[in-house]
Amino acid sequence: MSMFKKGEKKEMPGIASGSLSDIVFMLLFFFMVTTQMRETENKVVVKIPQASESVKLERKDLASYINIGTPIRSLQAQYGTDARIQLNDSFKTVDDIRDFVAAERDSKSENDRAFMQICIRADQDVRMGIITDVKQELRRCSALKIMYSARKGE
Amino acid sequence: MAKKTPAINSSSTADIAFLLLCYFLMTTTMGTQTGLSRRLPPMPDPNQKVEDQKVNRRNIIIVKINSADRILAGSEPIDVSQLKDKIKIFLTNPTDDPNLPVMESTEIAGLGTRKVSKGVISLQNDRGTSYQAYIAVQNELVKAVNELRDEAAMREFGKKFLALDEDGQKIIKDLVPQQISEAEPKDVGKRRR
Repeated sequence: MSMFKKGEKKEMPGIASGSLSDIVFMLLFFFMVTTQMRETENKVVVKIPQASESVKLERKDLASYINIGTPIRSLQAQYGTDARIQLNDSFKTVDDIRDFVAAERDSKSENDRAFMQICIRADQDVRMGIITDVKQELRRCSALKIMYSARKGE
Repeated sequence: MAKKTPAINSSSTADIAFLLLCYFLMTTTMGTQTGLSRRLPPMPDPNQKVEDQKVNRRNIIIVKINSADRILAGSEPIDVSQLKDKIKIFLTNPTDDPNLPVMESTEIAGLGTRKVSKGVISLQNDRGTSYQAYIAVQNELVKAVNELRDEAAMREFGKKFLALDEDGQKIIKDLVPQQISEAEPKDVGKRRR
C-alpha cells in the first residue's frame, strides 16, 4: 500500500480542525455540569450526619449556610482543633451571627425575606453546646426557619 | 505521484460530543441539600411576665439526651431504636390511658370531626450531647410523625401522605400535627465541654 512506501516525498495531510470546536464545547459543558456552585471555600471539615427522614431544601436561593466543625488540616496549627463556626469565608464567633443574618436578609428580595432559611451544616462529632449557642442567637435575631443539614439514607 | 491520505471524516464528532454531553447531564447530580426542617420558637419577651404555661402534664413527653448520648423518654431510659414506637403510642393513645395525651375531638375542614392528639414532644439536650445523637433522635421523632401521617392518609384517603395533593397534605397535617419543641437550653451536668 502506498501508506508504507518509503522514499517518495509525501505531503503531510492537515489535521482536520473542524471538530476542535466540538471538543472544546464538550469540555466546557462537562465542567459546567459537574462544578458545584459554591461561593465559599470550606475552612472546616463537615461530615454531615445521616437521617433517613431528611427532605430536600425547598428554595436553594433562600438558604444561608452556617458551617460548624473542626478547622481543616492546614489551618489547625493556627486555629486549633476545637469546633469553630464558619460564616461566609472566615471563622466567626457566635456574636457575629447577628450581622451575618442581617446581611443575608438584606441580600434577599423583599417578598422572600420571610421565607429565608438558615441551614446549619454541622459536623456529626461536634457537641451540642456550640449548636445550642447558635440556635439561641438565631432566635434572638428572629431567624426562626432553620434546617439541620443531614444526608439521606439509612 | 504521491497519493494524498484522505482526511478523516469528522462530521460525526459533533454527535459524539452531544452524546457525551447528554450522558453527563443525566448522570451528574448537583449537590442538593437535604436535612430536617425546624421552626425555632421566638425568643420570649423579657418584659413579659413569665406566665404559668402549665400544659397538662399528660400532654407532654420529655425526651432528654445526656452528655453520654443516652436517651430518657418520659421517665425511663430507652434506646434510639425503641423511641419511634414509644412516640407513636404517645401520640395516638390507643388504650385511652389517662397518663397519655388527651385525644381531643376537633373539627377539621374537609373531613369532619376527628380525634387529634394534644401531645407535645419536648426535646432537651445537654451541651455535651453529640450532634449525631441529637440528629438521630430528631430523625426518630420525625419518622414517628411521618408514619402516623401515612397511616392517617391511608385511613382517610387511601393514599400515602406524600401521594396526596397540597390540600390533602394540609388536612393530614392538621390531623397529625408535628409538635416538637426544642426546649430552652439547660445546663445539666457539665461534664464535658
